Amino acid sequence: MSQKLADIAHSRAGDKGNTLVLSLFPLDEKDFPLLAEKVTAEKVNQHLSHQLKGSVTRHEIPEMHALLFTCENALASGVTTSLAMDAHGKSLSYALLEMEI
Amino acid sequence: MEKIRIGCGAGFSGDRLEPALILTEKGDLDYLVLECLAERTIALAQKRKQQDPNSGYDVLLERRIEGLLPLLLQHHTRLITNMGAANPVAGAKKILEIAQKLRLKVKVAVVLGDDVFDQLSGEELSLEGAKSLNSYGKLISANAYLGVDAILPALATDAQIILTGRLADPSLFLAPMIHELGWSKENADLMGKGTVLGHLMECAGQITGGYFADPVTKPVPDMDILGHPILDVYRDGSGIISKVEGTGGLINTQTAKEQLLYEVLDPGNYFTPDVVADFRSVRFEEIGPNELRVTGGSGKSQPETLKVSVGYQAGWIGEGEISYAGAHALERAKLAGEIIQKRIGDRFDEFRVDYIGLSSLHGESLSQDSASYEIRLRIAGKSRDKALAQLVGEEVEALYTNGPAGGGGARKYLHEVLGVVSILMNRNQILPAIQVFES
Repeated sequence: MSQKLADIAHSRAGDKGNTLVLSLFPLDEKDFPLLAEKVTAEKVNQHLSHQLKGSVTRHEIPEMHALLFTCENALASGVTTSLAMDAHGKSLSYALLEMEI
Repeated sequence: MEKIRIGCGAGFSGDRLEPALILTEKGDLDYLVLECLAERTIALAQKRKQQDPNSGYDVLLERRIEGLLPLLLQHHTRLITNMGAANPVAGAKKILEIAQKLRLKVKVAVVLGDDVFDQLSGEELSLEGAKSLNSYGKLISANAYLGVDAILPALATDAQIILTGRLADPSLFLAPMIHELGWSKENADLMGKGTVLGHLMECAGQITGGYFADPVTKPVPDMDILGHPILDVYRDGSGIISKVEGTGGLINTQTAKEQLLYEVLDPGNYFTPDVVADFRSVRFEEIGPNELRVTGGSGKSQPETLKVSVGYQAGWIGEGEISYAGAHALERAKLAGEIIQKRIGDRFDEFRVDYIGLSSLHGESLSQDSASYEIRLRIAGKSRDKALAQLVGEEVEALYTNGPAGGGGARKYLHEVLGVVSILMNRNQILPAIQVFES
């Protein structure tokens, strides 16, 4: 059965210049191994391909049951000069949570 | 001291006013921090200062200080804030003026030295594109991220208010920890732990459930009266985060984890002017309702270089919006978008057509199945030519009569764009100083 990340995980988006940072945590800690297995850097890059124009690095913090995705060249030049509606990319945590696993 | 208590009453320049008042009145604080300076905020402030040498401090400084000053003095709470922005000296004079009006006596210590514009050659290469600064456009500001070194001399005075310009956000919190708890700056482990705590606090309502809340999966109570956070810091570098009883919001392991990793590029190497902090060993423990113990975290040596934000003129952005609803709403919006694109699209450096309600935030691939009753067309164009940028909104507005059918609620916007890029500067080139003002 396929489900969306939004059903089992939460995420926050942050920006540094033109780099987007997405954190990902299970709503229930027992789902961390599932997230760690399914949500790879490649999968995130593919899922957000319309937005991401650079590389994606995944950091794992198992003690915290957390994954962190650092996405370079992801914010159409960054908050200060981007023409995008959401120049910070603050809404993109919910784009990640649309991923089906 | 064995412990100190710090509140964070603002997490960005436009933040709400009353949480800081509540914190000062009921939080039993030693220190209140107001973090009000984003990358672009300081470039905007520099521009205001160029137009008027008596301005350039935070636009809300007057309103925030008027309410806070009597409470700060009454409760013996010291204020540390970067509301000085591009002109801390003018900000301090404004605070003295407010104090005189309220018949209060106050001492303000100003932290200077972040403005390094005069040291730029323009040939420096940006971290973002490895291009020379001059190639971006006319440079208007350069502010170095100062650290605790700059703020500690101000804390050593008996000033009730410490007013700074550009300073790394966690340093606003780490400095009073060092000052009060007898920590050595050479102790990288404590610098790391204190930076973890400062980073958790710096966005104010983001750790008390604000940016966190989702009514379906992560409900947060009483968000209309969201409380801002209080931090108790102990000599060993551990802390307890809480909020004032009776305020809204939520503090738990989940809200703290989201904030800990917020805007963090690498959790093992978080660079500040004070330390390279490692967040990976941080532990959270819920010790009561809205009461969270934070332990762990560590640090490595101080970086040799400081980051400098450089602001430049990047032209103008013009925007126009108009809405369509009911039958064929999306088709009509798309026709309208094509019309504008054909008329003016190729005259812009950058031009963008968005369909709000469908694809303006996440693109079209994620919204294929969703059919909205309403669609709002949004068009944006960037140009060095102000009149051309203005044309975007004018052209969208002209769709009223020139069609397609049923377009309503047209709005137009024009704003100047200040771009920000970064360079690194050797820390010994940057000389912080303080200046004390008294009413």
